[in-house]
Amino acid sequence: MPLITYRDALNQALREEMQRDPKVFLLGEEVGVYQGAYKVSRGLLQEFGDRRVIDTPITEEGFTGVGIGAAMVGLRPVIEMMTWNFSMLAMDQIINSAAKMLYMSGGQFRIPIVLRGPGGAAHQLAAQHSQSLESWYAHVPGLKVVAPSTPYDAKGLLKAAIRDDDPVIFFEGETLYGSKGEVPDGDYVVPIGVADVKREGTDVTIVAWSKMVSVALKAADTLAAEGISCEIIDPRTLRPLDQAPIIASVQKTNRCVVVEEGWEYSGIGAQLACLIHRDAFGDLDAPVTRVTGADVPMPYAKNLEHLATPSPARVVEAVKHVLYMD
Amino acid sequence: MDRPATLSKDAHVELLRKMLLGRRFEERCAEMYALQKIGGFCHLAIGQEAVSVGAMSTLEPDDYIFCSYRDHVHAIVKGSDPGRVMAELFGRDTGLSHGKGGSMHLFDADHGMLGGHAIVGAHIPLATGVAFAAKYESRPQVVLCFFGEAAVNIGAFHESLNMAALWKLPCIYIVENNRYGMGTSIERASAIYDVAQRACAYDMASETVDGMDVLAVRESVSRAVTLARRESKPTLIEARCYRFMGHSMSDPVHGHYRTKEEVEEQKLKDPVRRYFQQLSSQGIIDQAGLEQLNAEVRTIVDTAVEFADASPEPPASALYEDVYSEPYGPYTRSQP
Repeated sequence: MPLITYRDALNQALREEMQRDPKVFLLGEEVGVYQGAYKVSRGLLQEFGDRRVIDTPITEEGFTGVGIGAAMVGLRPVIEMMTWNFSMLAMDQIINSAAKMLYMSGGQFRIPIVLRGPGGAAHQLAAQHSQSLESWYAHVPGLKVVAPSTPYDAKGLLKAAIRDDDPVIFFEGETLYGSKGEVPDGDYVVPIGVADVKREGTDVTIVAWSKMVSVALKAADTLAAEGISCEIIDPRTLRPLDQAPIIASVQKTNRCVVVEEGWEYSGIGAQLACLIHRDAFGDLDAPVTRVTGADVPMPYAKNLEHLATPSPARVVEAVKHVLYMD
Repeated sequence: MDRPATLSKDAHVELLRKMLLGRRFEERCAEMYALQKIGGFCHLAIGQEAVSVGAMSTLEPDDYIFCSYRDHVHAIVKGSDPGRVMAELFGRDTGLSHGKGGSMHLFDADHGMLGGHAIVGAHIPLATGVAFAAKYESRPQVVLCFFGEAAVNIGAFHESLNMAALWKLPCIYIVENNRYGMGTSIERASAIYDVAQRACAYDMASETVDGMDVLAVRESVSRAVTLARRESKPTLIEARCYRFMGHSMSDPVHGHYRTKEEVEEQKLKDPVRRYFQQLSSQGIIDQAGLEQLNAEVRTIVDTAVEFADASPEPPASALYEDVYSEPYGPYTRSQP
């Protein structure tokens, strides 16, 4: 199987879906002539022309609304957020228009739109360019929220998202774009709402998504050397959440650590902890423990940024904590 | 495709009938609100009928409209069944949106009514997107996007007009300038009072029209529709009108922000009476004809109220329907 980058896997998904369905188009800032701020759309303008690969002004609320309107009458827009940090300008359109249209029209208007782009911190981008906003969007009924961690999942989930009839918020990892993995040529779909076991284990369940999966895997390697076996579950989709594999894993290991790049307060981890306490309370040998981004705006200084971001060392510490080994 | 500027006698009477239907429907809404048959926010378009009726008289059936939360008359004029509109206001299962939208969210896919939207101006980008889709698929449709003059101060208005002009989209932006954004007059909210001027920032065609004159609105929008269909270009139209009721049912007709004298003076320009007098002076309709039209539309409104009142509420099972296109999935666990 070809070994390609996360970036190229996304590019393949876009290209194949645009070849398959003439109603699919890509719209956003710098997606065409510039080839994408992160080069995810490389070559698409050349292949599909400026009717289907559309550079926009810097106008997030406006172009997000244009995509939603186009989706109301049957097109299947893929809207690129240069980064999810900028999506706050389009929040009203995403929540008040995209998420609610089907419901408040009594089922008349579906919004088959994908809003995609990178989220999370990269390297020293400071407070306004380093946010993980998954929990904001996962809060809203009517939206689906996807956050793939590998090139294989990225391609398959983006295809599923484009074919989905509801609005899908698609979080890519800014620092994952260059990561490589095995990706089949041609068509396959990773269904929305299906979790994946990224590593099997017996002692502790770690739930992680997007680039936190690689943090968890590094921690698991370290712990394996000490004889501790971690099972890593990647939900891949945060809404709808595939709860059964998480509960089944916790019933097996009796312990759970959630690794989340975003802020702790009201985060996805809080929801996961609630679910586990509700459905697997009797199986728990320790409280669910969370490793999250620090509760601060992201600092610029390299050392402070490192302190604010979940690391393998902090995951190792949390795993030992739920094993009462600290 | 372009409609001739001159209308047959029947067409004139039909415009008058639509305005009367809108007027009588809204009057009945006020009564039903007082009887608590209608809940929530309820915004009436009494006084503004010439804008929606005149503008939509230029459309083909498969053209689209978007409007604000003051949307009852727009839906009916676009072709929605008045009974289903009233049922929606009553929160009944037979309503256009099965009782889930209410007064501010009337949608009717079968008639190109793409909504009543209740965040001021937020539907302007959506309308622009529907025009984008029409052009993308080379369909000869146009989009009319209605909004109040207060909406021109939000960012989405400017973002949308810029894209529509830049990409040459067949969208017609119709400002229903009733002079007040809730209780704030345009003079207290806008640095310029001539709303149509705003189009010049985007090199867009624009017109200012007397929004109390149904034929003037029709002619102005007709020019814009021709430009949209033939050259795929947008237009900004400012229709100067006036609402005779308060902003919503909880706002008195006059008081803090406008005087009784001002309202009474504006009522002298009542677009329905004015159009009737115009047609009457041309011998197209007489007082008896008007009374007959009124009787006809009253029957339609009576029937609409009876239909709404006899309709069931949505079943409890509808609560989780239409959140997603597929049945509500594994996130149902928090359901009781």
